[in-house]
Amino acid sequence: MTILELLENDGRLTPKELAVMLDKETGDIKKEIEQLEAEGVILGYKALIDWDKTDREYVTALIEIKVIPQRDRGFDEIAEKICHYPEVKTVYLMSGGFDIAVLVEGKTMREVALFVAEKLALIESVTSTATHFVLRRYKDKGVVYKAPGKDERGEGSI
Amino acid sequence: MIDYSKILSDKIVKIKPSGIRKFFDLLNDAKDVIGLTVGQPDFETPWHISEEAIKSIENGKTYYTANSGLVTLREAISEYLLRRFSLRYEPSDEIIVTVGGSEAIDVSFRSLINPGDEVILPLPAFVCYEPIIELCGGKPVIINTKAENNFRLTAEELKASITDKTKLLVLPFPNNPTGAILEREDLENIAKVLRPTNIAVLSDEIYAELTYGRKHVSVASIEGMRERTIIASGFSKAYAMTGWRLGYIAAPAEITKQIYKIHQYGIMCAPTASQFAGLEAMKNGDDDIEYMKSQYNRRRVILLDGLRSLGFSCFEPEGAFYLFPRITNGEITSDEFCEKLLYEAGVAIVPGTAFGKCGEGFARLSYAYSVNHIEQALERMEKFIKKYN
Repeated sequence: MTILELLENDGRLTPKELAVMLDKETGDIKKEIEQLEAEGVILGYKALIDWDKTDREYVTALIEIKVIPQRDRGFDEIAEKICHYPEVKTVYLMSGGFDIAVLVEGKTMREVALFVAEKLALIESVTSTATHFVLRRYKDKGVVYKAPGKDERGEGSI
Repeated sequence: MIDYSKILSDKIVKIKPSGIRKFFDLLNDAKDVIGLTVGQPDFETPWHISEEAIKSIENGKTYYTANSGLVTLREAISEYLLRRFSLRYEPSDEIIVTVGGSEAIDVSFRSLINPGDEVILPLPAFVCYEPIIELCGGKPVIINTKAENNFRLTAEELKASITDKTKLLVLPFPNNPTGAILEREDLENIAKVLRPTNIAVLSDEIYAELTYGRKHVSVASIEGMRERTIIASGFSKAYAMTGWRLGYIAAPAEITKQIYKIHQYGIMCAPTASQFAGLEAMKNGDDDIEYMKSQYNRRRVILLDGLRSLGFSCFEPEGAFYLFPRITNGEITSDEFCEKLLYEAGVAIVPGTAFGKCGEGFARLSYAYSVNHIEQALERMEKFIKKYN
């Protein structure tokens, strides 16, 4: 197991804890993490939130985008342009039936649909968009979205 | 009405139920309690392992297997023992797949003990040994391991307990409840005492995969010990497979030949679906062990540091998933301390006395829980300690 695998699974692990888990020195772990951050291998640490359990109005959509790639820079320039919008949470270049996949978040379906129509669809060289709304999130970043169950392990322990 | 005292076995009526259960029942009645009591992993069985069992059922493999277990599973266990612990056992006649480590322990005792035989048992230890030895008509000879020896069994203690009647030594390491291990040197010293004798060893290695900082050494890998050792082990702790009830015995054929008969008549074979799961675990489960072990190790240090900062003296356990701190110096008993902690602080731990009289003064805390859970328990314990200081 590596620092990266452990941190990907739990970003809150402290250098001291990582040192215990990997049988290394805390100082060495700190240095290694600093280097991984400096190199841009580790880009950040975030919490996974199930917004459905909160009052927040919230909707996510997957947008399939087809584009005409630009001369010299291919898809990069368009993708980077899309990344500027804070509503856009994820941008992938895809193989298959469309070119760019975008995850967009908004308060309502209408807000997201308008964002697609008024912003994404208007970007030069975007030829078509298809919007798919997420109805329920079952698993994200390797984590299953469900309430912690009751601990039933005591029943049989001797 | 029938007089039940006339129909029940005197021997079994005399046996007491497990002392841990008593505490679990208290726990069930209390509200808002954080328990550090459970002796089983909090992880689910890795999915690729469960899936093999499901597949076997879908494919109609719902018959008995060979009495000693699927040949493929015995071969996989043999390879596993070689790969992980440098042990060589013949799949054909030196390995028996059992219903958990528990059956492995039970049938081992039953195939060795004659009435009147003495069985040397280091305590504190898991609760099942003493009653089963007694059911076999054997006499448990207790060695109280000591905190100052890190709860290891010493050769001197062993030597002092041996008599003409000694038949068997139980080696429950890595140890539940103390978390103690035995290193190669300890085992060499024990082997020196045993080699000239006809004393056998039942080595309960169910926690062999859960050691921290150093690899488990099996007593069977020490010179002159393989011929007299029965290894009882299983899948429960290493692969988070407690509910599958799957374990095994590895021992010389002269011994397994006898064990086989009890297993054959009493059990037939371990559950077939569980055996298919076990096969997958042995073949492709090394990474799962590594992952879970690193998580336990993290919790071990958090709980150990936490307890020490609350002023408890606690030796650093090197195996299993338990801590065994000293909780009282005799002002009150362990039982009283644990009840106070339960009712006043809402934290449940198991008094050390559940694992032998020498556990007085200590308690077992399991760290098979999430870090959040452990930290909440520590916060409650801190308030409790402050109230009394």
